[in-house]
Amino acid sequence: MNTFRHSFRHEWTAFVGFFERQINLYKRYWLWEVVWLVYNVVSVLSIGYLASGLGTAHTAQARASLERTQLYLLVGAVLWGYLSLVFFEIASAVTWERWEGTIEYTFMAPIRRVTHLFGVCSFGVVYGLVRTVVVLIVVTFAFHLNLAHANLAGAGAVILVSTLPLIGLGILSAILPLLSPEKGEQMTVAIQGVLLLVSGVYYPISVLPRVLQGVGMLSPLTGTLSGMRDALLNGASVSALGTTLWHLLLMGIVLIVLGIALFQRAEQRAKRLGLLKRNG
Amino acid sequence: MFRSSQFNSTHSAIHVESVSKAYSQSWAKRRAGVTLPPALADVSLAVAPRESVAIVGVNGSGKSTLVRILATLTTPDAGNVRVFGHDVVREATLVRTFINRVSVEASFFKQMSPWENLVYAGRLYGRTGKEIEERATALLQRLGLPRHAVHRPMNGLSRGQQQKVAIVRSLLSSPAILLLDEPTTGLDPRSKHEVQDVVQEMHRETDLTVVLCTHDLAEAEALCSRIIVLDHGKLIGDGTPDNLRTQNGLSPQTTLEQIFLTMTGRTFLEDEESREEAS
Repeated sequence: MNTFRHSFRHEWTAFVGFFERQINLYKRYWLWEVVWLVYNVVSVLSIGYLASGLGTAHTAQARASLERTQLYLLVGAVLWGYLSLVFFEIASAVTWERWEGTIEYTFMAPIRRVTHLFGVCSFGVVYGLVRTVVVLIVVTFAFHLNLAHANLAGAGAVILVSTLPLIGLGILSAILPLLSPEKGEQMTVAIQGVLLLVSGVYYPISVLPRVLQGVGMLSPLTGTLSGMRDALLNGASVSALGTTLWHLLLMGIVLIVLGIALFQRAEQRAKRLGLLKRNG
Repeated sequence: MFRSSQFNSTHSAIHVESVSKAYSQSWAKRRAGVTLPPALADVSLAVAPRESVAIVGVNGSGKSTLVRILATLTTPDAGNVRVFGHDVVREATLVRTFINRVSVEASFFKQMSPWENLVYAGRLYGRTGKEIEERATALLQRLGLPRHAVHRPMNGLSRGQQQKVAIVRSLLSSPAILLLDEPTTGLDPRSKHEVQDVVQEMHRETDLTVVLCTHDLAEAEALCSRIIVLDHGKLIGDGTPDNLRTQNGLSPQTTLEQIFLTMTGRTFLEDEESREEAS
């Protein structure tokens, strides 16, 4: 029991260490973060104004449906900002360490890899949520969004549960720089691009060719976006979103377990090939 | 095959038995008929607790590979390596609690301060904030790092100061074995002496086992009581400097460089030049 308690305390201390390290890094690189936040806000505003622009070409009756379209697009833009940020944070766990030159020291520390990954993930989620709240505030003021029909509890449940498959997906992507120090980072960006294409961020996936629709069905972001739209546009409650939430939860468990197992295999391979070093 | 005279598996801090390691190379190089020699070829040695051992050899001799295997960052292709009786592959997490390392590059989060880097490193070894503060403060004072430098970004510090912080980081976890992989390479003479003094002091005053990898033969002789010579991945000599002289029929005045020349048939300088040409 004492050994377990000691081991848990050690892992918890290390978990706090990763979270704290990320805070310190973001404090030191604060100007970059300001730039990314501005970029994020501007991107979302552009999507919102795109919908407003479409509205000027339509009649008054059609304007109501355009408001709905605007909300549809804004949900996609805001959520994509959050999902892509968290995904990128987790997927960069290895890349960043390699870039700073600290990879050897982190990987030779006596901790479980799951502690390492969850420490980075938890910061990514918290930071992503904080940044998304800022974007939401700006968007709400800019477009006077009508959320009278929205079910905020349902929306909150979707964002909470969708974090799990997102973490799993991020861990799977973090494997790539372990497999290929030179090309892994670019592959992570490519995956992000594919997720944007197939997950129905700005359009329903039904408009995609059949093959891409199939890929879209596998993306946990598709379920997240449709669940969020159901909650915000159609007022779907937590119980009405039950199927979507269970689907996301199951996907999350599978992706996290698979991600950690494959990450450990990739780490063994990197050790065998001598890739666990700063210069690759 | 040369085998260390102090090879003893039962009471070793480090026990390396018949270890070989070869790195794979790209398809293009294989096709061009370029073959990489093994990084380590059937190396066996043992290091006793509290010993200070220098592993010397030119770049590519296999010394860094050996240290990386001990640090659980690389796995051997054959043979086994034990740290205080624990296998470095199967019991890697446990082995990591005994070991810490100072490498040739200081390797820090460059925008974070020394203090932030040290707190992070300490937490990875399960140290609480209070424990880290007490130990880091004492070590930083001992190394003479100016107080104002501790809260500035790492990239504002000199190479010597960065390496001092690296030493503090490595000692923060109270390791039983300290692996020093060319810790003074690239330092100015003054910083080099300061780092060497600290290593000597730590070894003298604690139960630390020190393994120093270097191609600086004078440093090896000054800091360590035992010298292990690696050449092309093979262990070709092991003993005190006096043992090595006697084994090679050399006079007591012979320098370590002359011993190396006798053992390999080449000087360090020739080796470095031929490697530069090859690269």
